[in-house]
Amino acid sequence: MKLVTAVIKPFKLDDVKNALKAAGVVGITVSEVRGFGRQGGHTETYRGTEYQVDFLPKVKVEVIAEDGEVPAVVEAIEKSARTDKIGDGKVWVTPVDEVVRIRTGERGVDAV
Amino acid sequence: MKVGHMDSGDAAWVLASAALVLFMTPGLAFFYGGMDRSRNVLNMLMMNFWCLLIVPVVWVVIGFSIAGGDGGASWFGGFDAAFLDGIGITGEDGGMGLLTIAFLGMFAVITPALISGAVADRMKFSAWAIFAPVWVILVFAPIFKWVYGGWLGQRGSLDFAGGTAIHVNAGIAALVAVLILGKRKGWPSEGHPPHSMPLVMIGTGILWFGWFGFNAGSALGANGQAVQAFMNTFVAAAAAGLAWAIVERIKDGHFTNLGAASGIVAGLVAITPACGFVSTGPAIIIGLAAGAVCCFAVQLKFSAGYDDALDVVGVHFVGGLVGSLLIGLFANPEHFGGDFMEGLFYGGGLKLLGEQALANVAAIVWSGAVTAAILLVLKATVGIRVNEDVEAAGLDTAEHAETAYNSGEVTMGRPGAGAGSAGSPVTSDVLVG
Repeated sequence: MKLVTAVIKPFKLDDVKNALKAAGVVGITVSEVRGFGRQGGHTETYRGTEYQVDFLPKVKVEVIAEDGEVPAVVEAIEKSARTDKIGDGKVWVTPVDEVVRIRTGERGVDAV
Repeated sequence: MKVGHMDSGDAAWVLASAALVLFMTPGLAFFYGGMDRSRNVLNMLMMNFWCLLIVPVVWVVIGFSIAGGDGGASWFGGFDAAFLDGIGITGEDGGMGLLTIAFLGMFAVITPALISGAVADRMKFSAWAIFAPVWVILVFAPIFKWVYGGWLGQRGSLDFAGGTAIHVNAGIAALVAVLILGKRKGWPSEGHPPHSMPLVMIGTGILWFGWFGFNAGSALGANGQAVQAFMNTFVAAAAAGLAWAIVERIKDGHFTNLGAASGIVAGLVAITPACGFVSTGPAIIIGLAAGAVCCFAVQLKFSAGYDDALDVVGVHFVGGLVGSLLIGLFANPEHFGGDFMEGLFYGGGLKLLGEQALANVAAIVWSGAVTAAILLVLKATVGIRVNEDVEAAGLDTAEHAETAYNSGEVTMGRPGAGAGSAGSPVTSDVLVG
């Protein structure tokens, strides 16, 4: 089992969600996050005073997948989140030791 | 204070106006609160609402007597009207006097509230709680007396709804307060951007709405002067918002919400003293001037080094002065069929301008000196500034034990509630952190 984590542009969340559903994913977790990468920040001006905003709002998407499904999940996110402009985000995959479905107590792949 | 017999139309308008002016203080609280950071927004709201709690009582007990009583001298109203002694509703005026006192009480509420924006993020609430009512008694009330029926008013200076008596007065007090209180930690290098622009815009809308009562209600009747004051309040605020927004667009590259809102408030401030003495065209000029001048004035704090957090000096002091002095040019008694001095452009020469300047200098000297005295006494006794930890963590949790924006049951629980209840108990460290 793997955890697929993606940080994407907030307005692409709907597209990513639909692509993951189409790829057979049955559950995802999203959170609103802030960060910076190569895109950098922007400036805001209040009463003539400039503020540099370094941390831009992004959405983090997390999906637990069986090893064999991982390439399809990554590809679904990659294609649906891409705008070809700087700041599209990243996807990474990490191993998962154990998964438990709290309601039933199922373990491992059955709990995904 | 003498008022004539009760006219139902006049009374209806002043009753409605008084309620409009009351609504301005919550509006001001939102205007300031949105500009403040989220960890201090409740402290800002409470500083304003505190004025709504304590000033009405102080006003009735002693404030009005000093500000509007007939028992004293031309600089002091005396104590005869303390507790509104002898002011009833069955006499010749039918209660119009009592209504006027209630209406003016709303002004007494918002005037100290204006100062709160300057001292944001670092003033001890206990110090503010004492400062606000004491300031109303020692600063607001006497200056009110001087301007309305006292020695300044008798010399011929004009202040229709409180440019000198309210905005210049509160503005200079704000400057003195921030000089005594000191800069916020990290100011100006660390940024203090607004946490909620929508709150600022709602507050601005409420202020503008309420200001029709403030200005047009100050005619104390439903008459032509009220109508002109209403129109002036309408167009001067618009013109000032326009001027500020355009200056910012040229200077900084964008039309900003905060610029529009600040301009509207600057215009409302500037037209306040003038609205019952000038016609519509000059009201637009006063608005344009206030918007453009205040847009630059809010930058003064950076070069001069005083930490006026939400620009009370740049908007209220400067805007009030602009409006008050421009009366000296544009006052037009013929337009009102009124008995007051002409401005320079209507054949009055420089005399009125001189009286306007004198009235403002008098208000600045008294307000500045007495505000300093009150704050220095508080500084030596209860202390006026929160400690560094509280300032860094925000005043909401430390001063009020509340948080403006929390996610409810996930992070909050009652102390002593066992594990497994809907919310688990959290220590104050978690909330502060």
